[in-house]
Amino acid sequence: MRKDVPVLHKASTVAMIAVLVGVGACSTKKKALPPAPPPSSAPMGGASSGSTGGGDAGNVGSTAIPGSIADFKQSSGSDTVLFAYDSYDVDDTAKAILGKQAEWLARYPNVKVTVEGHTDERGTREYNLALGDRRATAAKNFLAAQGVSPSRLATISYGKERPVADGSDESAYAQNRRAVTVVVSGAR
Amino acid sequence: MRILPLVLALLAAAPAAAVIRVDINSGTAAPLPIVVPGFPATADAPTAAGSTTALGSQVASVIAADLGSSGLFKPLDATGTAVAPGDVTAPRFDAWKTLAAQALVTGNVTANPDGGITVGCYAYDVFSSEELARQGFVTTAANWRRAAHKCADLVYSRLTGETGYFDSRIVYVSETGPKTHRIKRLAVMDQDGANHRFLTNGQNLVLTPRFAPNQQTLTYMSYADNRPRVWVYTIGSGRQEAVGESPNMSFSPRFAPDGQSLILSMSQNGTTDIYKLDIASHRLTRLTSGPGISTAPSYSPDGSKIVFESDRGGGQQVYTMNADGSDQHRISFGEGRAGTPVWSPRGDLIAFTRLTSAKHRIAVMRPDGSGERVLTDAYQDEGPTWSPNGRVILFFRTAAGRGGRVDLHSVDLSGTNERTIKTPLDASDPAWSPLLP
Repeated sequence: MRKDVPVLHKASTVAMIAVLVGVGACSTKKKALPPAPPPSSAPMGGASSGSTGGGDAGNVGSTAIPGSIADFKQSSGSDTVLFAYDSYDVDDTAKAILGKQAEWLARYPNVKVTVEGHTDERGTREYNLALGDRRATAAKNFLAAQGVSPSRLATISYGKERPVADGSDESAYAQNRRAVTVVVSGAR
Repeated sequence: MRILPLVLALLAAAPAAAVIRVDINSGTAAPLPIVVPGFPATADAPTAAGSTTALGSQVASVIAADLGSSGLFKPLDATGTAVAPGDVTAPRFDAWKTLAAQALVTGNVTANPDGGITVGCYAYDVFSSEELARQGFVTTAANWRRAAHKCADLVYSRLTGETGYFDSRIVYVSETGPKTHRIKRLAVMDQDGANHRFLTNGQNLVLTPRFAPNQQTLTYMSYADNRPRVWVYTIGSGRQEAVGESPNMSFSPRFAPDGQSLILSMSQNGTTDIYKLDIASHRLTRLTSGPGISTAPSYSPDGSKIVFESDRGGGQQVYTMNADGSDQHRISFGEGRAGTPVWSPRGDLIAFTRLTSAKHRIAVMRPDGSGERVLTDAYQDEGPTWSPNGRVILFFRTAAGRGGRVDLHSVDLSGTNERTIKTPLDASDPAWSPLLP
């Protein structure tokens, strides 16, 4: 248990650097492949990573650069909202996350995002492409209803082609039924 | 490359009705014992693909493998029985009776002055000593496997009364890498897995390739430029072209029977409908108007009707409509949901994926929805495609879990003779070509 701690820290640091480096590299180029799944840090952990708290003397905390992709994820709680089986209803949990995403997008009006729609592996390929489009559209429409200009919002469906969890059980299915808001340009 | 059929000289009077006949509908019946000894060379001669003696042996092996794979024939080991060139037109039936073979396929490979070859193909009923069929096939030496497939198709056709399907190809999606970052490439191979080659390099996610009626062109979906939409691939030149200028996602394409248009689905604002796309003019005609998702369209062989899936009634179910979009009505009603319908090239059946809470299975039903039969049983079987004669269904099977293999399987219409189709890597989204010319 104790041994795992530094390893986890290292992993999340690497992931953070990867994200920050990725901003400059990816903001203008076309992506050849869908982006890697987000780092596996807990979505609720954002609050404790600020540097203003009374941390131990001598430690230097880190924070996301305001307006960056890391800041977007931290401020929104998550870049991902989940859906029930064969559903594209935006539930209360998803509304809360999308609401915070919309608030952040209001602060950074130059940012453009693509909402990716995904499904679990059950269901046929073609149907899941359409279902992924429904989920991406539902999330996009919610963001637009919160005042984000539709011109800043694109969608893409990956159907069941890009799961984040590779199991074949309910836990994996639940993680894979998702819409992910991906910043494509305008972030710092 | 076209293979020219050749009426062999010395054709005797038309053979009498065959004494033996394979009943294609009873999948459980014992397969017919058949023997395909190596074709003897009249005169051994070099060709670009090896000597005629070597080719004679290889041709016989391919024919035996084809017939055996159908599940209707049981090829016997003929290595102990020597065959002389003269035996081809006057077989020593007693030797084959000893083996208990009921049918004999023999022939010869001859080098032609132009560098090509002629494969002579002869089939006999062993117990009645009657000739069943004979045909010559002229082709390039490199194309010898196709001549062997043509011979196997001739034998299959003569003994079952149905058209064969061995001289055909399969296009599919080759897969590799972890589930979360799958690399997918278009690949094409002969029906028996030979002559395998990749068509795309894996840079872009590609899905659902389908042959044009002339087998020279494919249509598929690609995520090239992060714009998921329908593309057309010309096999000879390798040319790839996106079709249609719409910014919306288009997918699930298939050619119309005349090859002049595509039928596909396109998503807009969360609704997915079916469209006809004229290839020359890129003109789109909308055929369904919601609500919900309508996708996976497939034409009847005469082009007059379209079968597709829709969730307009709640769950995903199979519907048919006229080619102009009129008379849309639901035909699938069993337990669970139903998707990916494909009309048989014979017109008599529709293959589809039957989805229950835990499984996807391959099933068939008549075009009016009656007579449903489930043919397979596994975690996820999906994406049926028909053999050119409408007797065998190819599909892909996904095993559950992290390292779950994805591979191609075939099954008879009777639900028997399930076989794995070997591919270099994992494989999905198969599509069977029509018989080659």
